[in-house]
Amino acid sequence: MRSFTYERATDARGAVAAVSRPGAKFISGGTNLLDLMKLEVERPSHLVDISRLPLTDIEELPDGGLRIGAQATNSDTAADARVRTHYPVLTQALVAGASGQLRNKASVGGNLLQRTRCPYFYDTAAGCNKRDPGSGCSAIGGFNRIHAILGVSDACIATHPSDMAVAMTVLEAQVELLDADGSARRVAVTDFHRLPGDTPHIETVLRPGEMITGVVLPPPPPGRQIYRKVRDRASYEFALVSVAVIVATDRGTISSARAAFGGVAHKPWRSVEAEAALTGHPAAMATYRAAAEAAMRDAVGRGHNDFKIELARRTLCRTLAQAAQATEAG
Amino acid sequence: MIGQALDRVDGPAKVAGQATYAYEHWDDGQPLYGFVVGATIGTGRITRIDTARAERSPGVHMVMTHHDTPAQGAPDLSIPFEYWRAFPVLSRADVRHYGEPVALVVAATFEQARAAAPLVDIEYAGEAGSYDFAACRHQAYAPDSLIYGMIPTDTAVGDFDAGFDTAPVRIDERYTTPYEFSQPMEPHACLVEPHGEDLIVHVSSQIVDAARASIASTLQIDPERIHIVTPYVGGGFGSKLRIHHETILAAFAARALNRPVKVALTRQQIFHLTGVRPTSSQRVRLGAERDGRLVAIAHEVTMHTNRHEEYIEPTATTTRSLYAAPHRLTRHRLVPLDLPRGEDVRAPGEAPGLLAVESAMDELAYALEMDPVELRIRNEPELDPERGVPFSDRHLVECLRDGARRFGWESRPAQAASLREGRWMVGYGMAAAIRGHLQAPTKVAVRLQADGTAVVRSDMTDIGTGTYTILTQVAADGLGLPPDRVRVELGRSEFPVSMGSGGSWGATNSCTALHRACEALREKLLATASNDARSALHGLDPAGAAFVDGGVRIGGASETLSEIVARNHPDGVEAEGETLAMTDDPNYQDYALHSYGAHFAEVGVDADTAEIRLRRMLGVFSVGRVLNAKTARSQLIGGMIWGVGAALEEEGAVDPRSGAFVNRDLAQYLVPVHADISEVDAVVLDGFDDKANVLGAKGVGELGICGAGAAVANAVFNATGVRVRDFPITLEKVLPGLPPMDD
Repeated sequence: MRSFTYERATDARGAVAAVSRPGAKFISGGTNLLDLMKLEVERPSHLVDISRLPLTDIEELPDGGLRIGAQATNSDTAADARVRTHYPVLTQALVAGASGQLRNKASVGGNLLQRTRCPYFYDTAAGCNKRDPGSGCSAIGGFNRIHAILGVSDACIATHPSDMAVAMTVLEAQVELLDADGSARRVAVTDFHRLPGDTPHIETVLRPGEMITGVVLPPPPPGRQIYRKVRDRASYEFALVSVAVIVATDRGTISSARAAFGGVAHKPWRSVEAEAALTGHPAAMATYRAAAEAAMRDAVGRGHNDFKIELARRTLCRTLAQAAQATEAG
Repeated sequence: MIGQALDRVDGPAKVAGQATYAYEHWDDGQPLYGFVVGATIGTGRITRIDTARAERSPGVHMVMTHHDTPAQGAPDLSIPFEYWRAFPVLSRADVRHYGEPVALVVAATFEQARAAAPLVDIEYAGEAGSYDFAACRHQAYAPDSLIYGMIPTDTAVGDFDAGFDTAPVRIDERYTTPYEFSQPMEPHACLVEPHGEDLIVHVSSQIVDAARASIASTLQIDPERIHIVTPYVGGGFGSKLRIHHETILAAFAARALNRPVKVALTRQQIFHLTGVRPTSSQRVRLGAERDGRLVAIAHEVTMHTNRHEEYIEPTATTTRSLYAAPHRLTRHRLVPLDLPRGEDVRAPGEAPGLLAVESAMDELAYALEMDPVELRIRNEPELDPERGVPFSDRHLVECLRDGARRFGWESRPAQAASLREGRWMVGYGMAAAIRGHLQAPTKVAVRLQADGTAVVRSDMTDIGTGTYTILTQVAADGLGLPPDRVRVELGRSEFPVSMGSGGSWGATNSCTALHRACEALREKLLATASNDARSALHGLDPAGAAFVDGGVRIGGASETLSEIVARNHPDGVEAEGETLAMTDDPNYQDYALHSYGAHFAEVGVDADTAEIRLRRMLGVFSVGRVLNAKTARSQLIGGMIWGVGAALEEEGAVDPRSGAFVNRDLAQYLVPVHADISEVDAVVLDGFDDKANVLGAKGVGELGICGAGAAVANAVFNATGVRVRDFPITLEKVLPGLPPMDD
């Protein structure tokens, strides 16, 4: 690990001012950044600790939505009664992630900004356009079992590892940002992460020095919410494929549906194609199959990860069936 | 006392952080920290190495490369167990596998050393290496050497081809097993303190004597100058049978700088530098009569080896003793690759070998439409089927029957893919376990002190298995003392020489030696008392003596041990006991000695995603006499969980371009976590193997793995009807065989 200087920010404006110096980075829970620093994948010269900023509240909004402070821990967010009641897909996604210890440290803002788990990204001896632009993508032609099948480029086939962000995607969350000049803006979580294209090292639309201050959840949409994570072991493991759905039915017909995938792309992958194939159609396996086909129409495997295409289809079908069944029953 | 579930005597120190491991010693003050720089090519040579920038980095004391190392001894291949051989490091410009050390950076802090490591500027001339086992399998050769210098690679009995060809029911399948790693919790670490010509070496090691011999012959110095200290070892699983780069590099640096230097491998480095279980392709052929009796068994194993350093995993060796059949064949072949060297990983041989053979037996049972338990019982041999000698104490059938009864095997679904519970496809599987019981020369001393306490000493190690505890029990039993009056001291090269922990022989080697030491000490004490006019036992016949409650009783007369010792041996009195080598013990000629078991597993397989989850597992084992019910059970359960990992999760992935293990950390090389392991239980049958040793005990540690993975794999087949022969059984291998999605 390279030597670095450290300061603890006391207010949000001070934090964005402090991080404007060259080589500076924010640190919150450090559950990902510190590992990357030890391996010299990240080499900040200055850390601005924002974990103690007063951004930990989870508050109800006048429109019936919920605002989650960026420094709320994953554990506290998952356990919040309002989240559990009105946004169960978010709680399910959060508790499916990492381990209890990590969730106690990890913040909501940091979760959105965690880096890929591509092994070549972690290996500084390997080419990686994300870590070292222009050095190539070692995962293409290498061991790529955990890699992306949608929205990939020849420069990068890495996935975004977050579970939480997939749930936030179907909840149509907005990310609140504070810029170095003090101006605030909101970005839809769907637009927050970028596809790799030719610039896989630029992962989000964050401007230099910009800080996440919170996540706003609109009032929950009607329907049953489910997060389903498929992984190689029962805990403490990233998704091979995950699915978040919100499905409402009306007398056997799907009246509204939202669906997003994790583990398949450089960002949480909302499938408008699947949603279009669901809405207005019968709540039946044939419909789910059609939605799954639509969702995976452009999917491309790279060898080891070919199975993810069929796995994603099957996982979506079953999760939709469960959600639709529950809404009918309930 | 022997056999009781005594709590670990070292447990409180460990949970309180008072057990000091190799990297944590501070006897000589602030040490320097070494960090290993590994090659970033798989094959080729270093054409230029420039250390100037690294040497100027803050805190750096030295950078060592192959240009700077002193003369080193070469490995003496006539030493059968490689753990005692020299281990030269940084000895050439050639790179023989990815990650091989090319430099050591020594700095005032660990982070300074690590930060300077990438500043070592290295140019390589890379060469095309062979990294793809499947692509190179045709290059397999028959090794000249014996396995461990004593076990033949090939055996044949009867006429396999003729027997197999005429068998009415035949299984002929190939099973592949992946690269696997030991990955103990404590990384491989060493602190060397120079004291004049002497070196005090705190090293995480399974065998003290091997560490000392290997260091001495590498450094070309007198072994007496090397003082190994390793009282606590945080797991080894075979990867600490021998010392590796960290130890020799720390010794070189400590001598060069005349300062204590310590080197620990990072988790990522452990994947390349401490040995790997070879990947294997195993062809298993079983020919049977329609009643299930085997007429022909062949187990042919092809595995990888490093091109320059041969290692043969004894994968087919227990197949030689497991089932009866007149026509038999076993073979081991090696495929030379430019990958890290093979080394023993827990249950070397049996772990991958029984995955294959016990899967094949399951396939045969389905082909015969026979209960797999019954199939195994029908093939129980009366004599060792290859050697023709009797078994010392074989209870495989009892393990099978008892396990089946306890597990509720009779309610298993006989047809595959026939039991559903909601979205779960449920299956039962079982497998047999067998492991050779080994023995090696070991010495243990026991000393009775004037205060009536006993001190046991050996260079034996406790790698987390419970050695301190069982030796406490054996000494307490042998001298009639309460266990809190016994102190066990291990892991120092000044102590009597043992063969350490490995091959599941440590417990019985050291306990047998200690038992004999106690016998000898009792005789000394009785002779002393009998000849001592001041003793209450003076002149009495020692034949009727009983050692109980810290005293000696003969008839109605008694005296405490402390009185006898204090009066006659104010400095204490000592005796030593030893265990013989297998070659010197006629029982190893006259009998086949093994421990046995039977595993039963129930799994659920998600009908949509093919996720496999263990629901429950039971092992029933026969290991002779148990020395401590609690530590033995922990060993067996730990082994069973290794089996679950081997069946479902563990696999080192090689990058075919560089020869690097890609998934080289424990976030990517998966082993079971708590959530994967629900209900696991191990039961040990009462027993006593009088051919094994005077205590009647046999090795336990590795038996739990043997066959465990096959039971899980067989349960996956029973649940789904999908037979996966390429381990581990990850979900993508089952997914294509699942039924279509339904409403």
